[in-house]
Amino acid sequence: MSQQHQPEMLSGGAMLIRALRDEGVEFVYGYPGGAVLHIYDALFQQTEVKHVLVRHEQAATHMADAYARASGKAGVVLVTSGPGATNAVTGIATAYMDSIPMVVICGQVMSHLIGDDAFQETDMLGISRPIVKHNMSVRNPADIPAMVKKAFYIAQSGRPGPVVLDIPKDMTMPNQKFPYEYPKDIKLRSYNPNAKGHPGQIKKALQTLLAAKKPVLYSGGGVILGQASAELTELAKKLNLPVTNTLMGLGAYPATDPQFIGMLGMHGSYEANQAMHNADVIFAVGARFDDRVTNATKKFCPNATIIHIDIDPASISKTITAHVPIVGLVKPVLQEMLHQLEKHGNTLDQAALGQWWNQIHQWREVHGGRFEHRTDLLKPQAVIEAVWRHTKGDAYVTSDVGQHQMFAAQYYKFDKPNRWINSGGLGTMGFGLPAAMGVKLHYPDAEVVCVTGEGSIQMNIQELSTCKQYGLGVKIINLNNGYLGMVKQWQDMNYDSRYSSSYMDSLPDFVKLAEAYGHVGIRVTSPEELEPALEKAFALKDKLVFLDIHVDPKEHVYPMQVPGGAMNDMFLSKTERT
Amino acid sequence: MRHIIAVLLENESGALARVVGLFAQRGYNIDSLTVAATEDPTMSRLTLVTRGDDQVIEQITKQLHKLIEVVKLTDLSESAHIERELMMVKVKASGEQREEVKRNADIFRGQIIDVSPTTYTIQVVGTSEKLEAFIEALSGTQILETVRSGVSGISRGEKALSL
Repeated sequence: MSQQHQPEMLSGGAMLIRALRDEGVEFVYGYPGGAVLHIYDALFQQTEVKHVLVRHEQAATHMADAYARASGKAGVVLVTSGPGATNAVTGIATAYMDSIPMVVICGQVMSHLIGDDAFQETDMLGISRPIVKHNMSVRNPADIPAMVKKAFYIAQSGRPGPVVLDIPKDMTMPNQKFPYEYPKDIKLRSYNPNAKGHPGQIKKALQTLLAAKKPVLYSGGGVILGQASAELTELAKKLNLPVTNTLMGLGAYPATDPQFIGMLGMHGSYEANQAMHNADVIFAVGARFDDRVTNATKKFCPNATIIHIDIDPASISKTITAHVPIVGLVKPVLQEMLHQLEKHGNTLDQAALGQWWNQIHQWREVHGGRFEHRTDLLKPQAVIEAVWRHTKGDAYVTSDVGQHQMFAAQYYKFDKPNRWINSGGLGTMGFGLPAAMGVKLHYPDAEVVCVTGEGSIQMNIQELSTCKQYGLGVKIINLNNGYLGMVKQWQDMNYDSRYSSSYMDSLPDFVKLAEAYGHVGIRVTSPEELEPALEKAFALKDKLVFLDIHVDPKEHVYPMQVPGGAMNDMFLSKTERT
Repeated sequence: MRHIIAVLLENESGALARVVGLFAQRGYNIDSLTVAATEDPTMSRLTLVTRGDDQVIEQITKQLHKLIEVVKLTDLSESAHIERELMMVKVKASGEQREEVKRNADIFRGQIIDVSPTTYTIQVVGTSEKLEAFIEALSGTQILETVRSGVSGISRGEKALSL
């Protein structure tokens, strides 16, 4: 005799938490408030889904976001209505710009109060609409399990992105119970994101690539999101292609490999930008020809035939026309390409490719990631190189936004995907510390480093308290130059060094501040102090160590593309220009 | 160039706002927009008239496609199609004017759908161009009010925008 399956009766709040559990969610980051009290009570009454209490909702979104960047799975945020929701907006926009899967659950006032300007009411669906992949409001508590499933499905499939689920308080009443069943899968007639790429186009792409004399493989964040780093590396190796990564794509191809020619774009390497400009075939994989990559689009790579793989058709030919477009997930497309290559054989003109590599080696010698080594002054680049050595190139590195972010991208050589975690599209200062926390929480045994500056770190400094509560032993590398460095650099270059509001007076004593929160603070003011300080910091395994490192305030990030120029129009130092 | 884009949309609250918001966010033009439920009440059909070069129109259709609630869409102006717009015009009509207005309405196959001692309300259906020509023809008459439905469009022949 078969037993009749009787679904359990649960309240809306309990169904929400149960659905998260059934989705495999371990941590939810958030902050309680009036509209989500029923949900928090449901959280309290179980142990499987754990809640992490931040000090500001923005930090909750960055924690969830960084977890997603490191793991590939959607992070989950829980905030209350009104200010709770609006505080999450910056983090949602950050995730949206970098296509990061995230599910944000926002409380809302009671259904009957919506539209009355009730206490802590805000139209979160309206506010978040331009910065989400999708958003939805719960109208009937019985719909909650299916809506949670739909939210995760949309957030994680196709081109990923954040999804906001708005839940009025009366949808979660503890005394109203509904049969709970979590759907196994979901289909939407209006959304079918799993494109494998057109085989004919893939064949054409391979033929185009094999006919190249000066090919460049340009790969972006899509390779990391699409978990296609292995396929990308295999293809690049088989064809001996020069590989450049975007800021979002660092780690997709091992940076210590000789075929890696560095990051490209505004602060890309000399050889990457030269190779792009002079290429005859550009093979773009999961990259979107962002304005920080292309420089002036009219002057972009004049002789190149462009092959472009992207899951989002809207990214293809948006700013740069693709000659061979392929709409599809990068992994199956690259697999199919490898398969076809196997059959077809490598017919690249090896003599031409050899010449091309010679040319690239010559370019490499021009700049080669050089910076001035000093014994009297700490150079930020030298600090990043030292951090790379001390972490054996294997840390998760999060960053804030500014000069330090570019130095980290240029000088920390990422050999693995999902290790470099930064806000590329939106450029959100305040991202670094909560991001490091999100990664550390999930990977407690991994080394997690936050590279930041004294400007950015103060945008979410309150999270040092959260770190204490959850024992998050991240290492903070504060490249303190006393200025908003990137703003200052632009003011040096374009405004005759008129430092309009880029000098930060009255900085706190960061060492004492770290200690006040119960952490360890170390100040480094000269080059000889750096090595012992890093040694000490990384030896304190379970401790948060705040390294306040005083670096040269005059340093600029180079190379830097000349605004309005081609890919290869660059400043190479304060006195050299291409 | 002028394009008429027809969209099948999930008939859900917020779906229309998403379409309109997309145009505002990305700086696209909307000349006119009409929307109503179809024979299937779970779906709305929206007709949108916009302008832009080929690249802009390509982005508009791609970005619309990305909206989760957009089920299907087509650029009607890419092939043979029919477009219609409805206009109601209320004009001052007294004395000799009454006859003149009626003659004009007849020429444009308009119908007088409301009459008062001093006014006529005329309904005209046709392409946007025809409606503009009718307004032009009324130049000697005092227009009190006009209201236009915006363009609706459909493909010719067997081609259909449906599931």
